[in-house]
Amino acid sequence: MDYFKNDLASLHTSLVNKEISAEELTKATFAGIKEKEPVVDAFLTLNEEKALQTAREIDAQGIDADNVLAGIPIGIKDNIVTKDLRTTAASKMLENFEPIYDATVMEKLQAAQMINVGKLNMDEFAMGSSTETSAFKKTKNAWDQTKVPGGSSGGSAAAVASGEVLASLGSDTGGSIRQPAAFNGIVGMKPTYGRVSRYGLIAFASSLDQIGPFTRTVKDNALVLNAISGQDARDFTTSAQPVPDFTQGIADGVKGMKIAVPKEYLGEGVAEDVKAAIKNAITTFETLGAKVEEVSLPHSKYGVGVYYIIASSEASSNLERFDGIRYGYRAPDVKTLEEVYVKSRSQGFGDEVKRRIMLGTFSLSAGTYDAFFKKAAQVRTLICQDFAKVYQDYDLILGPTAPTVAYGLGEKIDDPVTMYMNDILTIPTNLAGLPGMSIPAGFSQGLPIGLQLIAPQFAEQTLYRAGYAFEQATSFHKEIPVIGGQA
Amino acid sequence: MAISAKEVAHVASLAKLAFNENELETFTGQMDEIINMVQELSEVDTTDVPVTTHVTDAHNVLREDIAVKGTDRDLLMRNVPESEDGYIKVPAIIDGSEDA
Repeated sequence: MDYFKNDLASLHTSLVNKEISAEELTKATFAGIKEKEPVVDAFLTLNEEKALQTAREIDAQGIDADNVLAGIPIGIKDNIVTKDLRTTAASKMLENFEPIYDATVMEKLQAAQMINVGKLNMDEFAMGSSTETSAFKKTKNAWDQTKVPGGSSGGSAAAVASGEVLASLGSDTGGSIRQPAAFNGIVGMKPTYGRVSRYGLIAFASSLDQIGPFTRTVKDNALVLNAISGQDARDFTTSAQPVPDFTQGIADGVKGMKIAVPKEYLGEGVAEDVKAAIKNAITTFETLGAKVEEVSLPHSKYGVGVYYIIASSEASSNLERFDGIRYGYRAPDVKTLEEVYVKSRSQGFGDEVKRRIMLGTFSLSAGTYDAFFKKAAQVRTLICQDFAKVYQDYDLILGPTAPTVAYGLGEKIDDPVTMYMNDILTIPTNLAGLPGMSIPAGFSQGLPIGLQLIAPQFAEQTLYRAGYAFEQATSFHKEIPVIGGQA
Repeated sequence: MAISAKEVAHVASLAKLAFNENELETFTGQMDEIINMVQELSEVDTTDVPVTTHVTDAHNVLREDIAVKGTDRDLLMRNVPESEDGYIKVPAIIDGSEDA
C-alpha cells in the first residue's frame, strides 16, 4: 500500500468500492512495515495476527460507507495500554507487561473499526525529546536516518512520515507530539487538556499529559481526533465540553482571522533557517487574509524551568507504583522488601527516568518545596495569564514548533540541559492546557521545519481551519522522504 | 554547587533508587546543572500569585453509589512477578537482623 498516494478519504473510497479489502490493506501495511522497519525502527511490537483477524471481521460485516476510519490500520505509542498486547513504555521496567484492559482511546478506535497494527517506540516513559532514551531501540528520522526522529513520540511520527501507516497516536506532555511531527514533516496535534481521556495512558505528568493523532494531512488529523475525543467517566479530568466535528468549517479559510506571533518565539536560540520558514508562513497567512501581529508572552522563557519541576514532581509520584511487587520488573536475588524496591527500580529504570524522579523528589521534599514546586506552580499561573491576555485580542498564536531542525543521533543525549531547552517552544502550551498543532512549513538541509499553531482551550477547530488553509496554499506536505534508498 | 553528592544520595534514598560512586558523581553534576537552570525562576516576582496545579474547570466528579463488578482476581495476577496460591509473594518484610 502506497500511503504517500492516499489519504483517509481516498482509502475509504477504495474500501467502500471493494477495490481493496480491509484484510488486503492490512496485509499490504505489514508488508510495507517489514520493508521499512530495518531502516526506520519505529515499532516495538507488531500486532499482525490480531490485526488481520480484526480486518477479516470488518470485511465480513462490510465497510460502513459512513465511517471514513473503518478498516484503516493505525499505529499506537507504546505508553497506551492495549489489552493482551505487550505495552512497555519503552522501559525495561515493563518489558514483559501485558495489560489486562484497553485504554479508552483503544476502545474508541475499535468502535471506529480502526485496526491496531502495533506499538511504537518512544522515549522511556515519554521522558525525552529524541526517542533515544528507549530501552530497546533507536528510531531514525524518516528524512535522514542519521538524525533523531524527535520525541518522545518518535516512533509514532517516523512510522507515519515513512509511509508505514497513515495515522498513529502519540502523547504530548511538553511537546512530545508536536516536536517529532515537526522533525518528520507531518501533522501532529496535542488537543486541549481534558479533550481526550488519559485512562490507560501510562502516566508521566498527569496535569500535562494528553493523547493526540499524527497524520500526513490536516483533515486526516481532524478525522482521527473526532474518533478519540470526549468525556470519560474513568478520567475525571476529561471535559464535559461538547465534541464538535473537527472537520466542520475546515475549509472556511483564515480571512479576517487574527493571529499573534510572540516575539519570544522568534528570538535568541531559534535557528535562522527556522525563523526564515516561519516568516514565510506569516506572509502566506497574510496573503490568505489573516491579520498577523507581534505580541509578547513575557513569562514563556521560564516555561522550561517550570515544566521540569512540575513534570518531574508529578512523575516522581506517578512512578512510585513501579516497586517490583504487583507488575513490572523485579530484581533477582533480593532478600528483603526494601531490596525489592531499590534494586527493581535501580535496574528497571533508565538514566533519564531516574534524573526526573530525582529532580521531582528533590522539588517536593521538605525544605525545597516552597522554593521549587510552589514557585513553579506560581509561575505556571503567570504563563497561563500571558496566554489569556493574548487570546482577548487574537484567535491563534503562531510560531515555530522547535528551535532547530532534527539533530544527529547521539548528539545531545549526554547533555540533559541542552536537550531540555529544545522544548522551550512547546512546553508553555502544556502548562496552560491549550491545544497546539505542528504542520509542515518548509525544509532546511533536507530536513523538515514545523509551524506551531496554538489556540484557546477547546478551539481545536480553529487550529484545523488555519492549518488546512496553510496546507492548501503550500506544498510542503506533498514532499516524500527517501527511506533506505527508495522513495 | 547547588547540590552536593551527599544531598543527591539522600534524595536517592527517598526515591528508592541506589547509585554507585561513579553514577552518583555523574548524577550530582547533572542535577546541579538542572537545578541551576530551574533556579532562574527565583527572579520572578510571585508575591500573592496563586498556584496552578491543574488546568481543568472540573471540581469533584461523583458517580452514583452503585456497586459494579470488580476485576477478576486471576486476571489481576497476570503480571505479578511471583505468586503462590493466588497471593503476591515477596521476600521477608520484617528484617530480623535490624532492631528486632
